[in-house]
Order: sequence, then structure tokens, then C-alpha cells
Amino acid sequence: MAPRSRMILGRMAQAIPVVMGVVVISFLLTRALPGDPAAYFAGPAADEASIAQIREELGLDKPLFQQFIYYVSDLSRGDLGTSLTTGQSVLSDLAARLPASLELTLAALLLSCAIAIPLGVLAATRPGTWVDHLCRVLVTAGVSMPTFFTGILLIYVFYYLAGVAPSPLGRLDFIYLSPPHVTGFYLIDAALAGDWETWGGALKQLVLPATTLALFTLAPIARMTRAAMLSALSSDFIRTARAAGLTNRKVLYGYAFRNALLPVVTTLGMVFSFTLGANVLVERVFAWPGIGSYAVEALVVSDYAAVQGFVLAMALLFVALNLVIDIAYALIDPRIGLK
Amino acid sequence: MLSIKDLAVTFKTRKGEVDAVRGISLDVGKGETLGIVGESGSGKSVTSYALMRILDAGGEIRAGDVTFGGIDLRAASERDMRDIRGREVSMIFQNPRAALNPIRRVGHQIKDVLIRHAQATRQNAKQKAIAALEAVRVNDAAARYDAYPFELSGGMCQRVVIAIALACNPQLLIADEPTTGLDITTQKAVMDLVGDLAAARGMSMILITHDLGLASQYADRIVVMKDGRIVEDGTPETLFTDPQHPYTQKLVNATPRIGASIRSLLPAEIRTAEPVHKVHDRPLLDVRDLVKTYPGKSGPVHAVKGVSFQIKAGQSLGLVGESGSGKSTTSEMIVRLQDPTSGHILFDGQDIAATPAARFMRHPVRRDIQMVFQDATDSLNPRDTAASAIAEPMSRIAGLSGAKRRDRVAELAELVGLPQPLLSRFPHQLSGGQKARVGIARAIALEPKLLILDEPTAALDVSIQAIVLNLLVDLRARMGMSYLFVSHDLNVVRLLCDEVLVMKEGEIVDQGPTADVMGAPKHPYTRALIDAAPQPPRPVAA
Amino acid sequence: MAEMTASSSQDRSQKGDTSLGHIAYVLRDNPVTMLAFGMLAFFLGCAFFGPALVPYDPLATNAARALEPPSWDHWFGTDNLGRDVFSRVIVATRLDLTISVAAVALSFVIGSVLGAAAGYWGGWLDAVLNRCLDTIMAFPLFVLAMGVLAALGNTVENIIYATAIINIPFYARLVRAEVNIRRNAGFAQAAKLAGNSDIRVLAFHIFPNALPPMMVQVSLNLGWAILNAAGLSFIGLGVRPPTPEWGIMVAEGANFIVSGEWWLAVFPGLWLMLAVFTFNLLGDGLRDIVDPRKRT
Repeated sequence: MAPRSRMILGRMAQAIPVVMGVVVISFLLTRALPGDPAAYFAGPAADEASIAQIREELGLDKPLFQQFIYYVSDLSRGDLGTSLTTGQSVLSDLAARLPASLELTLAALLLSCAIAIPLGVLAATRPGTWVDHLCRVLVTAGVSMPTFFTGILLIYVFYYLAGVAPSPLGRLDFIYLSPPHVTGFYLIDAALAGDWETWGGALKQLVLPATTLALFTLAPIARMTRAAMLSALSSDFIRTARAAGLTNRKVLYGYAFRNALLPVVTTLGMVFSFTLGANVLVERVFAWPGIGSYAVEALVVSDYAAVQGFVLAMALLFVALNLVIDIAYALIDPRIGLK
Repeated sequence: MLSIKDLAVTFKTRKGEVDAVRGISLDVGKGETLGIVGESGSGKSVTSYALMRILDAGGEIRAGDVTFGGIDLRAASERDMRDIRGREVSMIFQNPRAALNPIRRVGHQIKDVLIRHAQATRQNAKQKAIAALEAVRVNDAAARYDAYPFELSGGMCQRVVIAIALACNPQLLIADEPTTGLDITTQKAVMDLVGDLAAARGMSMILITHDLGLASQYADRIVVMKDGRIVEDGTPETLFTDPQHPYTQKLVNATPRIGASIRSLLPAEIRTAEPVHKVHDRPLLDVRDLVKTYPGKSGPVHAVKGVSFQIKAGQSLGLVGESGSGKSTTSEMIVRLQDPTSGHILFDGQDIAATPAARFMRHPVRRDIQMVFQDATDSLNPRDTAASAIAEPMSRIAGLSGAKRRDRVAELAELVGLPQPLLSRFPHQLSGGQKARVGIARAIALEPKLLILDEPTAALDVSIQAIVLNLLVDLRARMGMSYLFVSHDLNVVRLLCDEVLVMKEGEIVDQGPTADVMGAPKHPYTRALIDAAPQPPRPVAA
Repeated sequence: MAEMTASSSQDRSQKGDTSLGHIAYVLRDNPVTMLAFGMLAFFLGCAFFGPALVPYDPLATNAARALEPPSWDHWFGTDNLGRDVFSRVIVATRLDLTISVAAVALSFVIGSVLGAAAGYWGGWLDAVLNRCLDTIMAFPLFVLAMGVLAALGNTVENIIYATAIINIPFYARLVRAEVNIRRNAGFAQAAKLAGNSDIRVLAFHIFPNALPPMMVQVSLNLGWAILNAAGLSFIGLGVRPPTPEWGIMVAEGANFIVSGEWWLAVFPGLWLMLAVFTFNLLGDGLRDIVDPRKRT
């Protein structure tokens, strides 16, 4: 176990330069703003004097390297600047809206894994059957679907035509009160409070956006599961296991599936990246009050502190997710820690 | 005990049905070892998969009966088959590392089989698995129980595969090319182990191999397969002394062995007189204190530890060793693909090691030292036709182009026996032997003085190997080239080389004229290598 | 030198003859590939000739005929300003295709050069490149494109740059891996023995063998690039109204979907889907065309 834990520490250490790179890029993005950043940060209504004042406040009159030091020291104090639109600090804005985004993203990922992985396995073990064909159609069609368009179609069908879905406006219909804040995840908070009516209301609101996102992520996961399972099943060690008379169950799940999981776990990292991006679009379509729609609102009014804060937050979130994936991978694959 | 009657197996492919096995019949008695010998595509492996009913998708048993100990294996239910596999009939495979689940501890893989066949309970499974490892002579079995396959050597992995196969004391063991890819001394250890265990347990065995020599050493009886049919059946002695079928005769002839000459490997009807090659006294290549050290993760790796030798003009030198001996590194340094850490390579008196490998393509000696690579498939660019592969050195180094180059390509193709229409083909459209010829034609295109041959026939069937070896002998006599012949196969080196070097762990342990080194080995390692090489019975002069 | 170019052009012309036949063979061999190339031809036709052929000016408003459902006059209906949705959808093809093809071409070239160099020489070059790619990949890609576009400003060129940046890592990593496994392949060593310099071995012997898997990546990326550009426009970045562009049209139509005027969003959305679908289907066909092993 010792080399294993050393490896996990090593992985965490490897994330440090990546985080530094992320900070540098988000700093450069701020400085690369066309024209005078101070004018942007001051907002459209500012005059010469206030722009000059903001320039000094932001340290924009200092050399680039010094500006970077200021930026990093602000970051280390958790200061991402102040949003023009809300007047709040960007950090508190993001913290308030992050649970909404996470609840949507995680629900979508759980849903798509729950469908895509069994589908991929079935398609690989029964090549040429209807499951295989269904998998292939879903995979090809799925990657071609623009998320925002899927969302709009679902709204049209289930809200306008069928009338079974609630209006696509946010996390909870106005007839319910938000559950008391514990985790910020409405489903968990409502369940904790024992308020099942609100729980149901939150679930209803969640179904369409989560389905939209899940449809988008279904394709890559199913495709990779099918391919990984096929390649695992054609490996020599499967033949050994068969020749030793192991049961089908043991061969499929104990031997093939565990090996096939490795590339699937790797793909999940890429899928996370897509999901976090698509999240922005889906939140916009369903007026979901997460950090994505926060960023879109900020973009419209050129509220750059908020946009940069959002980009940085998303990157850090993704780095953390990738770290979890790497560690999960190392726990499944014994070859990792010792190479 | 096992009886196969008129077995036929077909595979459905996109291009229609392919008959892999076309009605074969054979019997294996109790305690008997049957060798099934054939070249690639002869259907020998498919036969064994069919009787185990583990054919790949698309494969189907079309006709015939398979009975094992009174049970009809063709009619048995899948459930019954699973009980039989691993308990009554077991299999071991080639490429042992891939044959083990890479992410499961080897002990657990043995345990899985024991528990599956109710040979152990969860309580005593670990104990029994360790006992199974001990039975295949794994040292420190209790510690190896927790190892993963990637932590073990190839030979050790094969022992684990054997332990899995024998854990439940089966009555029949099918060994499918069990030693392909293993070093020759490891091959002997593994085969001796399997032979001893089979004898001790009174177990029957089917040994499937392409190596007639290996089969003759370990099998009681041999069947020879070709194109899905059995062409001959007999004891090793009768097969070698009195082969009946022309194919068997060809196979027996082509198998290199003591007392054979290079020409005798060929079928009698195309045999010509062996040409004489002339060895001059002048040294062409003089290697002095050649050292190669790589930076490794756990300290430097000493791949080659100061070797010195000479090759005279016109001479053929054999370089023999097992994997990790440094023979490939040495040859790559001489052909100037790698830079030595220190030492000199004098070619015609000029130190060519002084020019770095990265700039050597402009060195005037570049055209004089060429190489034929181990894996013909890998050594041809999949995107280039045979003609452009052969033409490449001529256009880059000799500056030939147009009709001149085309004529020269045609001439070379003629020389190596490659039919002209094949020149416009891509590598994937050529057979293994044809690809080997393309590789040779490319290497001799500039008429080099020294040709390095890195196991040029290792991937070829023996009958093709015989033809390629003879081609090399002809070319040597005709063009006066010196050869550095790198090989693990002593029987081949014996046929082709004037002198031989034996390398082990980066050092030369034995060297001298081939007849002396092979006939009276001075070093114990040389003797071990010679002993490990399978020696088929001597045929009556054919 | 002159000799060499002459000889290589001769080689090429010889290969050219077989290539045309080979393309025809690949198309005939697989009906899906045939379909994909047919659809591609259709979209290219729209991009080249669409603006000249459409029945209405895509920017002309007509308040009297606003929000009309599809009819013989207006196949895809009209939008809230009375503009013809069909004309706008067809005219938008050129812009969307230009963005995706330009972005993918840019990332293909940059990624190939970086990845090939890193994969062949390794060492510090490889380490530096990997760090840079890791940093780019540390961002959710769409979010990075948002950030880049917000910083650089809303122009079509900037959409192309932003899309190219987020696609570079895919090519660089793929080429790096493909080159790395062939770095010591027999044919690469044989090419060195035949007098080729490292650069030539890399460019003419190793790199072309990485093309088949790259073609699959190209086709996937063309699809992603369109989705990406449309997504950016959808949230108000990138192309600005009233320019006809599929993402903007879906965004504008989204406001009317809850009141039942589906055609505003559905037609541009379907067109977008169809374009992405076409590109995704192209992959296998493109791969087979550049793969000599598919020749029989």
C-alpha cells in the first residue's frame, strides 16, 4: 500500500503546476482584454477620472509581473473582485450558485452513466443484436445533438405540447419555498428536512435539464464502454479464463468488465469537460440559476471580473475532478503506482 | 481417451466462409503426448479451440465427433462444458503475459479456478493456490501469490498459466505454442516442467507447435497438419527418418539441425551446389571496447559492457544471445543507429563511431553498412510500395532516378527472387516471405560491404526460412559481402556463419570458429544454450 | 535536388492515379460513407451557391408577415421580424462551415507540428509541450473558449482562434502518441539507413502513418467546432445578430418555443444537427481514403 499512497501524493503534486498554469492563463485573459481593461472594469458609465482611479486601484499602471503578483495575492485571499451587476464579491456570488450547477451536472452524469455503461456492455456482449444497433444509433446521433437545441426540443414537446413538465424557469416553482440551506443541493436539503413535496417539485424541475445534459454525455460513455469491453473480451486472458471453465458471469464481470473500466474512467475526464461546458448552455435554456447562467449574464453586460472568476472556478473544479479520476484509476489499476 | 473423428470447422468472415479444419481424425491415449505440428494457418490451434468449444465468434464446428473419456463434447451442454474445461481438459497458451488478467493478483486467478471447480473452499483456497504455484516450481510461492503479472518475467508468467491449468488435476493438457516468445533456456525449463508434471500425474497432453524439432523432443507421437488436414502421423523417429508425405519431407528437410547443410534445407528438386564464399585476411570491421550505458530509473543500465571483435572482409560472424544480452544494441551501434557511450568502430580502418548517428546519413560509409531487420512487416513503411521501399536508398544516397532507378529495382527484385508484378504492391498485400525479400533487396541495393542481419527469419515459417537462408548464402557469394548475423537460433547460426560470438549480459562469453564453439563449448553458458536447443533425430541422408 | 523533386513528383503522379480509383472504391464499398460524402457535397453547395439561390434576402424584414408558420411561400416559416427562416438557414451555412473548417485546419497544422516534434525527439520539448497541453486541458474547453472570446473580443476571426486553441491538444496528443510508437519502428530505422535525415524520416515516413487516426479526429472535431461556434453565438458571444447563424437563430427562436412557434428554432437546429452528423459520419470514410491498407 505504501507505493500506492506515495503515488496518490505524487498525483496531487502533479496538479500543482497545472493549477499554476490555470492561474497564469486566467491572469493573461484578464490582461488581454482589447482596449483599456480599466475602462471595462469601470463600466460603461465611467468618466476619465474614475477610469484613472480604477487603473491605479487595479495596479494596471504597474509592470506586468508586479500585476501578476497582485493578482495572485488577491486570489490567495479569495478575492476575485466585485461583480458589476450584483455588487457582491464574485466569490460569494459563485459560492451561492455553485450548488445549483453541481446538482444539475452530477444528476446528469449519474443518469447517463446508469444508461450508457450497461448499454455499452450489452452492445459489446451481443454484437449484431438490436441492443448493438440501438447503441450505435444513439452514439452517432448523440454526438451530433447541440445541447441547447435538445433542451429546446424537450421543452417544446414536454412543456408546450404534452404539458407534463413544469415551466422551464429555474430550480423550483414559485409555489414552493426553497428548503433550508444545508448542502445547497435542493434534492438533498429537502430530503433532510423531510419536505417531500418540495423534493418532488425540485425533482420535476431537474428532470428536463438533467436529461438534456445526459443525452449529450451518453454518446461518448457508451461508445467507449462498448469499445473497451470489445477489446477486453478479445484479450488472451479472457480465453485463458474460458479455458479454465470459469462461469460466464465471472468472465464477463470479474475479468472483462474490470479491465474495460480503465479506459472508461479515463473518458469520464473528457466527459466532465464537455458537461461543464454544456452546462452553461443548458442553464441558459432552462433559466437554471447556476454559475453558467451567472457567467452568461455577466458576459452580456461585459462584467469581466465575474467572467474571469467563473472561468477560474470552472478550471479549478475540473482539475479537482480530474484528480479524483486519476486516483480512482490508480485504485483499479495495480500497474500505475509501481511504474 | 480423446478421440476426434472427421472434425470440420469453418469461420464466417466478411469474404464468405473459410474452412479452417477440413475433416481431421486423431486419438490421444492415456498418458500419451501428441504433437500437432504445422505452419501458420494450418488449423492446428483451431482444432484445439474447437474441442474445448471456445472458438472465436464466427467459428463453427460443421461436422465430426469429439469424445473425451466417453463424453460427447460436441453434444455436451455449455454448462457441462464449463465443468469439463479447467477440470478435465486444460489449456496453456502462447504469450503467457497476455494470457493472464493484468489487474488481478496471480494467486487470485488460481483461486478463481479452484473455487469454480469446487477443488477448494474459500478458507483453504489460498493455501491450495500456493501449493499449485509450488507444484510448478515457483520459488517463494507465498510471496508470488500476491504478485501481478506485470511484476513477473515471461517464464514466470508461463509457470502461473500452467499452475492455473493444472490446479484441478486435469486428465488432458493442451499446450498451444507454449514457448513462443520465450528465450531458449526458458523454453527448455518450461517444456521440461510440463513434461515432468505430465509424466508424474499420468496426464495426457497435446503439444501444438510450429517447431518440428521441439515436438520431436517432447511428443510420443506427431501429426503433421497442412491446410486443415492431417497429412502424416507417426513417431518422431519415423517422421524424421522416413517421411512419407511430400509436405512432411519438405518440413523435415527445412528444420535446421546438426549435420544438415544449408542446401539440404531446401526441397531436393530445387537444390543446387552450395556456392563458396571467400574470406580475406583483411579485417573489414574492427570493434574495440564498445560500451553502451543507458540512464535508467534505478541507476544506469549497462547494456553493452566493452565488447571487442573483428569481422574479416567476406566473413560471416554469428552473434548469439538471449533477450537482454546486448546483441541488438551492439548491432544497432555498428549500423550507426545508436551512438556508443565509448569505444571505437573501425570500418576499413576509419573510426565511424566518431560521427554521431544523427549525422551519419551523409557519411560516405553509410552505403557500405546496411541492415535487414528482424520483423519484415514492421520494417516496411505501410504507405510505400515494394518498389519505392527498394528504391529509397538509391534515390537518397546514390542519387539514382528515373529509368535507371527503375531498372535497378527490377534487377534487385530478380536477384532476391521477387516476381516483378509484386513490386507495385503495398506491404499488407505481400506474404511474410515476400516482405523479407523486399527488406533484403532494399538492404543490398547499394551493394554494401557489411550487412547486418537481425534475426531475419525469426518471424517466418521454417520452409520460408530455408529459402531465405539460402538466398542469403547466394547473395554473400555473389556480392562478397560480410555478414553480422544476429540470432538466438544456434542451429541456424551453425549453418551460415564462419565464426560465432556468444553474448550474455552485455559481455562476450565465448567466441571462435563456429565448429569449435559449437562442437566443444568452453563456456558453461554456451553449453547450456546448445543443450537447450531442441535436436530432432537425424534423418537418413536425403 | 532538382532530380529529387522530379522523381518525387513522378511518384506522386503515379500515386495520384491509384488514389482517385481508391477514393471511388472506398465510396462504393461503404454506403454510409457514400451518404456522408453526398451530404457533405450538399452542404458545400449551400455554402458556395446558397446566398445566390435563396428566394429572400436573409436580412430583409417584413413586419406584415411576422411569425408565419411554414408555407409554400416560406418553407421554414418567418421569424418575429418577418424574415424568411429558410433563406437565413441556407445563407448561414457558409459562415458556420468557414468557422469550423478554418479552426480545425489551424489546430490540425499547429497540433501536428508540435505533437510530431515532441513525439519524435522527446526530452524537454516533450515535457514543456505536455505541461502546456495539460494547462489548456485543465479548463473545461467550452468555458476556455468563452474566456478567450470574452478577452479577445467578439469577431469571427476570434471565434476561429478560440475554437482552434481548444482543439490543438487533441491533435498534439494524438500525433505525439502515434509518432512515439513508430519512432523506433523498423521502417523508420530503415529510412535512416537509406540516408534520410531525422526531419525527413519524421515528415515523410512516420507522420503520414499517423494520418488515418487523425482523419477520424478531424471529422469529429469539425462537428465539435460547429457545435462550439453555435453554442458561443447562442449565449451571445461570437457572431452578432442580425447576421444569419444557426446558433443565434436557435437562441432567438428559443424565446418563442414556449408559445408554440416551433419553426423559428427547430429548422436552424435541425440544420445544425445535420451538418454535425455529416461530419461525424465522414470519419471512417476519410480514414479509409488515407489508409493504404484499405487498398486491395
